[in-house]
Amino acid sequence: MLFPGPLKNVMRGSRGGPSGPNGSGQPVPPRTAENQKGVSTRVSRGLEEFFTHIHGQSGLTLLDLGGASQQNVSFITDLGHRFSSEDFLQVIGETSGADSAADQANPGRIEYFLRKTLDYPEHHFDGVLIWDVLEYLAPALLTAVVERLHRIVRPGSYMLAFFHADDKLETVPYYAFRIQDMKTLHVSEYGAHRPAQLFNNRSLEKLFASSESVKFFLTRDRLREVVIKA
Amino acid sequence: MWNKRRDEEPPKPYKPLAPQGASPVAASAPLPVAPSPVEVKKEMTPVSSTPVAKFDADIRGHAANIGKSVKVVGQIFTKEDLFVDGTVEGTVEALEHKLTIGPHGIIGPHGTMEASIKAREVVALGTIKGNVEAYERLEIRKDAKLEGEIRTARIIIEDGAYFKGSIDIIKPEPVKAAPKQPAAAAAAAAPAAAPSPAAAPAVATDFRR
Repeated sequence: MLFPGPLKNVMRGSRGGPSGPNGSGQPVPPRTAENQKGVSTRVSRGLEEFFTHIHGQSGLTLLDLGGASQQNVSFITDLGHRFSSEDFLQVIGETSGADSAADQANPGRIEYFLRKTLDYPEHHFDGVLIWDVLEYLAPALLTAVVERLHRIVRPGSYMLAFFHADDKLETVPYYAFRIQDMKTLHVSEYGAHRPAQLFNNRSLEKLFASSESVKFFLTRDRLREVVIKA
Repeated sequence: MWNKRRDEEPPKPYKPLAPQGASPVAASAPLPVAPSPVEVKKEMTPVSSTPVAKFDADIRGHAANIGKSVKVVGQIFTKEDLFVDGTVEGTVEALEHKLTIGPHGIIGPHGTMEASIKAREVVALGTIKGNVEAYERLEIRKDAKLEGEIRTARIIIEDGAYFKGSIDIIKPEPVKAAPKQPAAAAAAAAPAAAPSPAAAPAVATDFRR
């Protein structure tokens, strides 16, 4: 059954499952060289902080939510850790479309999304590189994802997340973050999308209220880096 | 000067092949050139309805080939390089060889039977849903999809590839060949090692030699 206007997706996928090849929103551009709009290098205090906490350890299991890339895999496995990858953006595109906040509020789709991306045992990971993927999530899905993240990481482990500091942005690029060294990232841009929501310090503190601590790094390029201790 | 040479050597007229039944020795015309082995091989290649991509020759090499319209349910053991452009539901073992999953290739589970791959080297251009052990290296090319746990000595992931799962880097170890058993002992052990009919896949294809 199809409804016009805002109700057009109300019946779709109420039992979960993919919404179609590209979802209902804008298709997510593949992260290939042809789609790349720009590359920059940034010094990341958040990344440095994240790796400082796991420095000297090996055999940890780290989760990267930005999809696998050669640089990140090599860097983490060279440190002696186990690398796990989930491509949040790809699954959002399959599940509901990157720009479809209405679909992301659907309980069936939330369940499907969690099953596809974060179906791991409790305390399975020793750290999570979240990057900026939480900005793609509408409030209902975001709350469920953060709750699940807390469940699958070991207590006392760290997560690194990025958020735009400007809460009046209309569109933001899709980013791919590639680790160069302990504190340097190559950031590639692919197209643009409307973020599901933007955050200020207060809303971030509220979002990670169940965490042991939340540390902010505000950078010159208006990207807020957040290190969360679970 | 050039014209003069042409005058001296007039073009040879076309001579049709000798009629059937005539002795080739008796024919005055030179013997028709036999097609080269390479040409024969091309005609004997399994037919594919899609044009062969330019890079295919490099990828396939001299590997055994499972074409894109072929589906195999069960286990594959190979002692030569293998190119899979069809569907394999089950396991593939090429312990000392290279396994390539072509752009149309799919390695996946069958019912409750999980898919897995063990090979010296794995190159993925298609889809794999299962665990992969590549003793030397694993390449996940652009547009490939891999869901599963990976154990390999070296991994290469191209931008645009989709990967979901975990990666364990292992130290490369020389692959130990299976110990040769006496024929009698092997025959005696075979029934005991055989899976029960209920657990066996519907169709088992064994490429063991």
